[in-house]
Amino acid sequence: MRLANRPLRLAACATVALLTAAVGCAPQDASPGGPGAAGQGRQSCTRGQLATVAHGTLTVGTDKPAYAPWFHDDDPANGKGFESAVAYAVARQLGYGKGAVHWQTVPFNNAFAPGAKKFDFDINQISVSAARKRAVAFSSGYYGVRQAVIALKGSKAARAKSIEDLRRVKLGAQVGSTSLDVLQDTVRPTQQPAVFQKNDLAKSALRNGQVDAILTDLPTAFYITSAEVKDAEVVGQFAATGATDEQFGLVLDKESRITGCVTAAVDALRKNGTLARLEKKWLADAVSVPVLK
Amino acid sequence: MLKSRTAPEADGDGYVPSARRIERERFRRARSRRATAVAALSTLVTGAVLFLVITRSPGWPRTRETFFSPEYARMALPKVLDGLLLNLRLLVVCGAAVLVLGLLLAVARTLRGPVFFPLRALAAAYTDFFRGLPLIICLLMVVFGVPALRLQGVTTDPVLLGGTALVLTYSAYVAEVFRAGIESVHPSQRAAARSLGLSGGQALRFVVLPQAVRRVVPPLLNDLVSLQKDTGLVSIAGAVDAVYAAQIIAGKDFNFTPYVVAGLVFVALTIPMTRCTDWITARMDRRRAQGGLV
Repeated sequence: MRLANRPLRLAACATVALLTAAVGCAPQDASPGGPGAAGQGRQSCTRGQLATVAHGTLTVGTDKPAYAPWFHDDDPANGKGFESAVAYAVARQLGYGKGAVHWQTVPFNNAFAPGAKKFDFDINQISVSAARKRAVAFSSGYYGVRQAVIALKGSKAARAKSIEDLRRVKLGAQVGSTSLDVLQDTVRPTQQPAVFQKNDLAKSALRNGQVDAILTDLPTAFYITSAEVKDAEVVGQFAATGATDEQFGLVLDKESRITGCVTAAVDALRKNGTLARLEKKWLADAVSVPVLK
Repeated sequence: MLKSRTAPEADGDGYVPSARRIERERFRRARSRRATAVAALSTLVTGAVLFLVITRSPGWPRTRETFFSPEYARMALPKVLDGLLLNLRLLVVCGAAVLVLGLLLAVARTLRGPVFFPLRALAAAYTDFFRGLPLIICLLMVVFGVPALRLQGVTTDPVLLGGTALVLTYSAYVAEVFRAGIESVHPSQRAAARSLGLSGGQALRFVVLPQAVRRVVPPLLNDLVSLQKDTGLVSIAGAVDAVYAAQIIAGKDFNFTPYVVAGLVFVALTIPMTRCTDWITARMDRRRAQGGLV
């Protein structure tokens, strides 16, 4: 009967061991200061001494490929393109020179996955919204964005003068973009819209006539029509929806302790006119595009 | 199953179990009771440990909100089910087309006689090419390449084109399955059929193919389940299927719950198919065990 007791004893030991492991070895929150110190800006924003992912450098994330006019030549580190320039301006404001900025490829979906982030902030034309704030932290907005419609020249969609005229054509937009939100909530087309993984695919579909018009943000629309699909034109832009203008913001980990500092830096750049200057330099002027009502 | 007896008593046939036998039965019952108890306990402990590890982890509250939010699940389910209609439509139409085309290809590859050489070579080249070509590349080529040709009268509908790409790739897989089935039928079957006066075509139609198809039903159903999951890839052209509907919501509000919902919906769809596969396989095994009705 001694043998018969062995499984019981084994089970008892295993139970104790497992429970100990479960309770005792639960992984601890690794961020210094713990969750209590989450991004309240309580930390002094000492220049170049922030609580970054890698000490002494600022790790900035963006998706690959990085599209013009936000980045040039798919190289975020060259300082060319609006978002590249903004990232370096924010870094300088925080006390990190060009050499102390390290770029990291972060696909759009990974930017908001829970868990520890590999970047200090992510800059990828991500619009601030209340629902998204439940998953990530945002800096204050660095660019007020408008959405626009592109169609092939001479097509029925290109003659649209109002939102009503767009309702009956086949529209497309990129998944996860606010362009798609505008499409679904403002335009409310009669046909099921086409939804694309990337704007590249949307452009191909527009060229092939698989969609009549696509929605993107205005700077992207200008870039597409001037450089990529030359027989397309910007049909019009949408008026700002809601009380506040839609803004692009820098994405930070919900628990990040530098959100306050980054927001302060963006605010300072807005106040001293740097953001406006960069916008003028890298993004086309939107005044000439009719607003669709 | 042992009849449980506690005291020696005469059965109808006058059999009286010995005391030793009763003792043995009692011992066995005790052992099996204990085995059940141990299994139940270890299952409970494992469950409790998993529960504690997950719910006591520091990231659990955020994980729960991001992956298991009831509010987003409610929002996503109708849209995911809408998208699922597209998956199912594609599955039915493409599944039928794949079976027909795959069978034709397999027959073309197994035709005898030197006159059919070009047909055999073409079918072999087709299966080699499309089995090797990654499905996603096949889809991109068909969905974005064909409309770029601007052919008159050729559709640019992404769902039709995507379905075509699925049929191209999967018919190559299925053709090989059918061919294996055809080649597994013993040559004596064909010889017997021909000696009874059936023509080559009749031998194939009435003797070889029925046996061949029956033998490859399980791998065929496997390919069908695989096709069911790959129908979602058609969304690359902008059509919204179940998984894509989930991604649209997830991308809008940065919440992953819709993916979980879509995953569960797909699993719920695959389970009946798998059970069906098992049932068909078991039935065929039973038939074969009885001396093989062909």
